[in-house]
Amino acid sequence: MSESKLNVSEKEIVVPGEILATGMSYLPSYGTYRQGQNILASRTGLMRIEGKVLKIIPVSGLYLPKRGDVIIGKVVDVNFSGWSVNTNSAYVAMLSIKDASSDFIPKGADLTRFFGIGDYILTKITNVTSQNLVDLTMKGPGLKKLVSGRIVKVNSNKVPRIIGKQGSMVSMIKNSTGCNIIVGQNGLIWVKGSPKDEILAVKAINKIEKESHFSGLTERIKKFIDTYKR
Amino acid sequence: MDYALKDHIKEYLKNDIRYDKRKFDEFRETSIETGVVKNAEGSARVRIGETEVIVGVKFELGEPYPDLQDEGTMSVNVELLAMSSPEFEPGPPGIQAIEMARVVDRGIRESKVIDTKKLCIRKGELVWMINIDICTINDAGNLLDASGIGALAALLDAKFPVEKNGKIDYKKKTSKKLGITKQPLPITVIKINDKFIVDPIHEEELVLESRLTVTTTEDGKICALQKGGDLPLSLDDISKMIDIALAKSKEIRKLFKVIK
Amino acid sequence: MSYKKRIDGRKFDELRKIEAKVGVIPNADGSAYFKIGDTEAYACVYGPKHLYPKFLQNPTKGVLRCNYNMMPFSGSGDRVRPGPSRRSKEISLVTEKALLPVVNLDDFPNAVVDVFIEFPQTDAGSRCAGICAASMALADAGIVMKDLVAAVSVGKVDDALVVDLNYNEESFEGEVADIPVAVIPSTGEFTLLQMDGIIDKDRLLKALDTAKKVAEKIVKIQREALKNKFEIKGA
Repeated sequence: MSESKLNVSEKEIVVPGEILATGMSYLPSYGTYRQGQNILASRTGLMRIEGKVLKIIPVSGLYLPKRGDVIIGKVVDVNFSGWSVNTNSAYVAMLSIKDASSDFIPKGADLTRFFGIGDYILTKITNVTSQNLVDLTMKGPGLKKLVSGRIVKVNSNKVPRIIGKQGSMVSMIKNSTGCNIIVGQNGLIWVKGSPKDEILAVKAINKIEKESHFSGLTERIKKFIDTYKR
Repeated sequence: MDYALKDHIKEYLKNDIRYDKRKFDEFRETSIETGVVKNAEGSARVRIGETEVIVGVKFELGEPYPDLQDEGTMSVNVELLAMSSPEFEPGPPGIQAIEMARVVDRGIRESKVIDTKKLCIRKGELVWMINIDICTINDAGNLLDASGIGALAALLDAKFPVEKNGKIDYKKKTSKKLGITKQPLPITVIKINDKFIVDPIHEEELVLESRLTVTTTEDGKICALQKGGDLPLSLDDISKMIDIALAKSKEIRKLFKVIK
Repeated sequence: MSYKKRIDGRKFDELRKIEAKVGVIPNADGSAYFKIGDTEAYACVYGPKHLYPKFLQNPTKGVLRCNYNMMPFSGSGDRVRPGPSRRSKEISLVTEKALLPVVNLDDFPNAVVDVFIEFPQTDAGSRCAGICAASMALADAGIVMKDLVAAVSVGKVDDALVVDLNYNEESFEGEVADIPVAVIPSTGEFTLLQMDGIIDKDRLLKALDTAKKVAEKIVKIQREALKNKFEIKGA
């Protein structure tokens, strides 16, 4: 057997079809595949090398619903059994009456009293089938209708950067702009404050999305907000 | 109508703040580039913020209309390409594209920037037909103004091709231009919650109450109007909106100085 | 008459100048621009998104849908009438087939990925430029792909084997064969193969072998453009 060779380095941007490593001693993981002696990329993203395991952290692509994710959805339809909710993904989710409230909702009640078309809700995904039928619930801590405020869209792959380590980034933005901010795993972010503060928070969020692979990002964003406020 | 968005934008306007913090009468960064398509007789690319359109002018030969035997023709067509917005579908032009094309057309036609008599080659037999095609690259709001700016720039850029025995040799351009003397420019002013705004972004367009597109020439004359939106306008509103459009068109016209 | 020197002075295996850029259309989920010579293509990806009407859905994986369109002023002759033509529909179809083998939409049953390819300017080789742009736009959109696809036309002008024919060569008065192909660079397999003209089998295979080598050059430019969008600048 020939010698194994690594062609890429940690955190490098790789693109589909690129040969990441040659030889059998490396193992393909997320976003990569083996073709004969070679391991190739199948996603555009950041290279991660964990020992002999090669994987790619995607930097683009739409949100794919995952069970347990807390997301921000938009109510797009109301019918007999509940609500249809846009999840900022390829799939519309269902929120059924029984999962909509801890209170009992009688049959035939006016469902728009709870959530109307166009309302944004913070909700949790309880189930995703093989066909990507998605079920939601409003039962859980913090889950609620998001009244007024402004919605910002970012690529869902950037959500971890927006939140930061143990929520450090998002709490920094909250503190320095005075806005209330809720980040959905699906890339929708709800911002509420005074108009001026909201605009600043939105600008900061857009900046994080654009510069997400910079090191020292939290400091950078803090500086940006401070200069902007002056 | 997205009522939540509308309420929110109104809330901003009550505080005299626009959704993207611009001044009410402030355009996003605007640029015009001409000669961007080699195969067109005239062309331009216009960017207003993230909004982008490409305009091409193609010359064709044809017979004149029976009632206008010694005049050539001019037509404007808008393609809201599906690539430029998730809200556009492929297919024949919808009502939005048709309205835009007709408003741009009216400004050019009524200001008589193109002397259609000069497009006549042989009376009753052969005339030039000028086609202005506007293609959208990215829709971030205010496509109409971008289209109007682009159409004028492409006309200014256009040069006649060579005509021989009733056929066009597209490979050869002459140095002859269309002889554009006036500069009709459409400026759209929208009204939300008693505030007047220019160069709306997409979100503002979604919630506008009424809009007025005012096409003016550099001498301050109005050569086309189009009122849109669901709510009415008072005489006072109209007067204010025209003033705003006149002031803004002067500003945009400065960008044309570089084109020759 | 024999073709000893190319009309535009290129070497026989030389490509026209290429310019590639990714992320050119902010509204899109993925987008790219690919210019080769005077042919300019935009490609734009929307999706995966829900597919209506329902009968078009595939319950086992997502559907790829391509749309090739020339802007009315893009052609070298008369104005191109807007809307689909028999030609543009066929090219849309072969473009789809050229991209499908590398694209994996298993995670997206009942959904669709729309690819719109638009040309502000054309001068031969537009379907190939469109495919190059589209595969970059798909990678930009984060679609799972085993490789990019590189496309180019190869062929024969009189006795000479040439790469990347331009308009003047396509309409050359001698014997011309124009063969647009698309290649998966990592496997050397072909995903698009068409031909206009006449050629014998030996020459055809030689031309295709050349295409494989040229595809390597093109894919390098495509990859570079993709990396450029995402790479850390000034960090």
